[in-house]
Amino acid sequence: MEAKTRSKVLNWLDERLQVRVALSFLARKAVPMHRHSIWYYFGGMALFLFSVQVVTGILLLLYYAPTAEAAFESVQFIVTEVRFGWLIRSIHSWAANLMVAMVFVHMLSVLLLKAYRKPREMTWVTGVLLFFLTLGFGFSGSLLPWNTLAFFATKVGTGLVNTVPVVGHHLLVIQRGGEDVTGATLKRFFGLHVAVLPILTLAVLLLHLLLIQFQGMSVPPSVQDQEDRMKKMPFFPNFLLRDALGWLGAFGLVVGLAVFFPRELGVKADPFAPAPAGIRPEWYFLFMFQTLKLAPSHILFLEGEMVVFLLFGLCGLGLILVPFLDARSRRGERSPLFTALSILMILYIVTMTLVGHLVKPA
Amino acid sequence: MAPDAALNPQRMGGRRWFLNWLLGGSAAGLMGSVLYPALQFILPPKLSEAVLSSVVAGKVDELPPNTGKIFKFGSRPGLLIRLPSGEYRAFSAVCSHLQCTVQYRGDLSQVWCACHNGRYNLNGEVLSGPPPAPLEVYSVTIREDEIVVSKA
Repeated sequence: MEAKTRSKVLNWLDERLQVRVALSFLARKAVPMHRHSIWYYFGGMALFLFSVQVVTGILLLLYYAPTAEAAFESVQFIVTEVRFGWLIRSIHSWAANLMVAMVFVHMLSVLLLKAYRKPREMTWVTGVLLFFLTLGFGFSGSLLPWNTLAFFATKVGTGLVNTVPVVGHHLLVIQRGGEDVTGATLKRFFGLHVAVLPILTLAVLLLHLLLIQFQGMSVPPSVQDQEDRMKKMPFFPNFLLRDALGWLGAFGLVVGLAVFFPRELGVKADPFAPAPAGIRPEWYFLFMFQTLKLAPSHILFLEGEMVVFLLFGLCGLGLILVPFLDARSRRGERSPLFTALSILMILYIVTMTLVGHLVKPA
Repeated sequence: MAPDAALNPQRMGGRRWFLNWLLGGSAAGLMGSVLYPALQFILPPKLSEAVLSSVVAGKVDELPPNTGKIFKFGSRPGLLIRLPSGEYRAFSAVCSHLQCTVQYRGDLSQVWCACHNGRYNLNGEVLSGPPPAPLEVYSVTIREDEIVVSKA
């Protein structure tokens, strides 16, 4: 009886949506098993945390007020008055941090394992775009509680574009909604955080996931010669169940962190208070912040922050173009130069982040 | 028979070529006329702001020697310092690096920006750190018991 109903439902769906094509694809989808297989889990992990952000974000929207006068108080209201508000806000904040970390790990593993090589160039490009979008979420979201730390971080972050030649000042005004960081900036960041970035992310994410389905999982060059003899794990349900176990663990971690280390709200932003000592941005911007701190006021005839900003811009562009620059990987040869560059980049980010974290303000 | 030359889109100057350009041009024009107002909308309108040349930054007995305070100079913060000698100095409190708000450090006798560790001396000149330019200096006058700061 049950089997009969099931096949009836399946037939009904198949006649309209050709679900059997999708099901047979799912049945054939397999994940190669080798000594680097662990890295296949991080993309899915980032995706899971993103979905946590969507859900908790929608919940926070119910009470949040995006104005300079009311934003801080509305978050205060959420964490003190709304039932489980402290939990939802804290989860949103912790899952955001974890998501950024997972996106970093996922991207760097793809970089080091050269999974971007032909024919997966566009998967890489969409992935780097998702990385930038994730940083955009972090940057715009951190301003929303309208506390002192976020206020000055936004001042510095948006001030950087002012150094771009010709269009810099226009970009600054567009970002801030005026010359200074004010309530107008908060509204723009809010719109960006809850409408523009989610739509862009969904579109790019869909493309990213579709490309992965078209091309299957990449096998790293170091184990590629064993690809024929390699064991494969069915994606459904075996790999997906392992994924789910990881997600469950991540969820437990996020809830644990949110309960035992709830994110502080800080002090309400006051545009007429000096920047407090020990001010620093979120950890994932720390390496840029530290570079800015160490850069001299002038490099050759240019202002230091302009050089730093343009250099980071170039690095970002270079990151997108890696598959097209790395000609050796494209031809299936070993590419030690790009491995070295990737490791150098990771070392730079890790060192600067640690320095930024450990150095006490004068 | 040769294909009709007038219908060959590749051929420059043909009828098909002309119509394709007309269609493409109209589409571009339409896009432009849709995007232009949207882009203009994004640029915030300039708010007319009263141009202040001087403000009252505080009362004479308000600041102990060797301390500083932030005051409002229109929509921007200013920094008023009372030196250990009792003399007053005033600057724009906007760091020339990335526009953080600076503060007076009595322990260093310097103006300090917490964001990127920029330091200025008591004439507003850069001592160390990333700031590329000095702080804007204001002049201070005492009018009865009020400290009046004006743009030089």
